[in-house]
Amino acid sequence: MHLAYPAVLAALLFCVGLYGVLARRNAILVLMSVELMLNAVNLNLVAFDVWLRDTLHAGQALTLFTIAIAAAEIGIGLAIVLMVYRNRGTSDVDKLRDTAEGHGPEAETTEAPAHTTEAAA
Amino acid sequence: MTLAITAPLAASAPQGFLSPTGVEIAFVLVGIATLAAAIVTVTTKQLVHAALWLVVALGGLAVEYLLLTAEFIAWVQVLIYVGSVVVLLLFGLMLTKAPIGRSPDADSGNRWAALTVAAASAAALVWVVVDAFRTQWIDLDGAVQGSTEVTGSILFRHWVLPFEALSVLLLAALVGAIVLSRKNGDSEPAPDGTTQPSTADKEQR
Repeated sequence: MHLAYPAVLAALLFCVGLYGVLARRNAILVLMSVELMLNAVNLNLVAFDVWLRDTLHAGQALTLFTIAIAAAEIGIGLAIVLMVYRNRGTSDVDKLRDTAEGHGPEAETTEAPAHTTEAAA
Repeated sequence: MTLAITAPLAASAPQGFLSPTGVEIAFVLVGIATLAAAIVTVTTKQLVHAALWLVVALGGLAVEYLLLTAEFIAWVQVLIYVGSVVVLLLFGLMLTKAPIGRSPDADSGNRWAALTVAAASAAALVWVVVDAFRTQWIDLDGAVQGSTEVTGSILFRHWVLPFEALSVLLLAALVGAIVLSRKNGDSEPAPDGTTQPSTADKEQR
């Protein structure tokens, strides 16, 4: 098999995940896009491991470790998202601007009604 | 730890760029389906559908691992990603009361900037990768590279220490998820939060 096929597929999947991370608003959809990026890296690891015929199979071992770490990350990430949702009433990353610079008090005043309406809804 | 890397054996057999084998055709077809499912995942307006299309994308990647003769990775992918991570994401969507049906504000305002960045990085990465590996072939004909026997013996012969460290990390993640999901202030466990991340961590062990 030509090595370019898995490499190009991994690059494209990574960029799709990158678009999702940058463009999505819901925090859980951002986590899904992160999963896509991690899977692109896994595909690269497996493809290059098979190509190099590594006797230690470092690529496949690292893929297994990446999968386990990704599962731990999704557990912790969802716990954080749920806590943010319980505290703020929303899981949209656009609305979590408490530490944003440059907007000052006017951002606070525009954000406050949004929180109350989200909590009421 | 020395990495003994044998030279790629692909140069021995003459292979044309435009004479695809059956495995290549299958790889490209499954790859197109996987990529399309991934694109739908990041662009659909229906949040639950995004999780379901993610199943298709991750399952397609499992098939790609099978085509690359990494069997054990493929089944781990099916078990952990399709089996537990997607279920966990669906739980998360439901616990945060995600709207069923179309939600017009699924994409944020910087959508076009994100599209520009993603397209630019895709063009750069694909160009570099194709240019670098234009003359390299994977030899899939020899011994199977990732059967359960090979992976198990490698994992427990050479990678035992990282494996055990990873189990400690998973324990820490489990405890952290439980602590994060508890209600603040009292010791009473949360009815919705605690069960959910802990099942995730148990599932992946």
